[in-house]
Amino acid sequence: MKQKIRIASGQGFWGDLQTAPFEQVTKGPVDYVMMDFLAEVTMSIMQKQKTRNPELGYAKDVVHIIEQILPICVEKNIKVVTNGGGVNPKACCDAILKVAEKHHYRNVKVGIVLGDDILDRMEELSKNGIKLNNMETGESIDNIGQKILSANVYFGALPIVEALKQNAQFVITGRTTDTGLTLAPMMYEFDWKENDWNKLAAGTVAGHILECGAQSSGGNFSADWESVPDMANIGFPIAEAYPNGEIIITKHESLGGKVSRQTVSEQLLYEIGNPKEYITPDCVADFTSIQLEEAGENRVKMFGVKGKPATDFFKVSMSYLDGYVAFATLTYAWPDALKKAQVADEILRVRLKKLGLEFEEIRTEFLGYNSCHGPLSNSVGEINEVVLRIGVRGHDHNSVEQFGKEIAPLILTGPPSVTGFAGGRPKPSEVIAYWPALIRKNVVKSEVKVY
Amino acid sequence: MKIQLLQICHARSGDKGDTANVGLIAREQQYYSVIEKYVTADVVKKHFEGICFGKVERYELPNLWALNFLLYNALGGGGTKSLKNDAQGKTLSSALLRLEIDVKEKLHI
Repeated sequence: MKQKIRIASGQGFWGDLQTAPFEQVTKGPVDYVMMDFLAEVTMSIMQKQKTRNPELGYAKDVVHIIEQILPICVEKNIKVVTNGGGVNPKACCDAILKVAEKHHYRNVKVGIVLGDDILDRMEELSKNGIKLNNMETGESIDNIGQKILSANVYFGALPIVEALKQNAQFVITGRTTDTGLTLAPMMYEFDWKENDWNKLAAGTVAGHILECGAQSSGGNFSADWESVPDMANIGFPIAEAYPNGEIIITKHESLGGKVSRQTVSEQLLYEIGNPKEYITPDCVADFTSIQLEEAGENRVKMFGVKGKPATDFFKVSMSYLDGYVAFATLTYAWPDALKKAQVADEILRVRLKKLGLEFEEIRTEFLGYNSCHGPLSNSVGEINEVVLRIGVRGHDHNSVEQFGKEIAPLILTGPPSVTGFAGGRPKPSEVIAYWPALIRKNVVKSEVKVY
Repeated sequence: MKIQLLQICHARSGDKGDTANVGLIAREQQYYSVIEKYVTADVVKKHFEGICFGKVERYELPNLWALNFLLYNALGGGGTKSLKNDAQGKTLSSALLRLEIDVKEKLHI
């Protein structure tokens, strides 16, 4: 058994710094790279792409990134685990194998995890009395029945461990939890059992720290953002894991950024609910038991994490079509910038009303004045310019489209010194809403294949 | 003495559906008892009047010198549905750091 492994974070979301994985495998020793690509509604976007072309439906970045790092991964035996397979891990796998072949790496093994996509099973599940009601609001699934765009079960670390056991060097999954991507290599390398709750919790917490990329190594850091060195070359975090469940969070020394008690704490608090119960398919981690200790420059030791048994449920992430939105912006300049933007807003609302258009909500914000902190914003003196930002949402496509036609006329028929309308008419875009539910673990089964 | 949270804390926020989470972390361990005492769920609910339209829940994490707040009905319907510029509540962390508390203790800041 290895005495320690280093797991590097390579991507925090679909669209993150493309160079990060290459930096992670070249600037120092690592054993694994984990890359998280999936946000809650990403699956529905991928589902649409797959509908148009059965060879799509995954994060194409995965293939480009793996092409960049492939020779180094092979040379140093670095393994890559990612959920970028989206709704089509097989297509992603094929694309990677093609790239490997192109570069004459014929022995590369790619593992995929299937079974999370239950969109095709909705009817069968319903017939068997399995109701995927909204776990937050309690609303019945019957209310969105025909509008469901995607439905995916969040698997945990176990299928990835299985793929690693079958010698996969690249593991591509669909909807796996972000934390499972990091926990799996630890379970595999250190032979942690499925009921080593404290260790699984430690690996899960490490996964939570890595899952948002550089957000734990100095990015988006609120304590002293100006003190973060060389943010242009920010290093992504690395979890150095030990068999007993101790973890050191660190980064490559030659890269920028910063790992401190403060940067790690901010990430620990990110998007959590009840800290006593951080629920994943692998365990329930208690964040109030996490101990942090600075252990050298850019090294934070994490220990003492307590875990509890996993629940009998998987979370299901569903998305459905829920109307349309459109946004418009216009920029008003000094003098009286704010007043002019406010009057323009009033004029627009009168015109929309006159046309009898239907919206669920119209929202106006003044960027540069109050768009972020609303009523908490300090009143400021004369401002040089302000951006009027108006959004509408509704189920009537026509109304949302008509709204787009009412913006440009404001330029010649409203208050003066207005600009910033170069993008053309705002077009309605679909609202893809999120629907979380729970499903008993025995109803779904993951499937691992290695090619 | 009056203290603005910005002086003694840092923070990060994010979203879960229509609920925003704001993690508030004391810059030093000694400040944790101060925020624990003065930054109650009620105080935060009042601070976010006009932004948060639901309840506010508070959780304590003394090990991390931190409090976690959940602000329900604060994001205009949440993520993809919201018409807000800050649809995911990413700047609510700095909005909380605006809060001023009146503390009895003498603090060296």
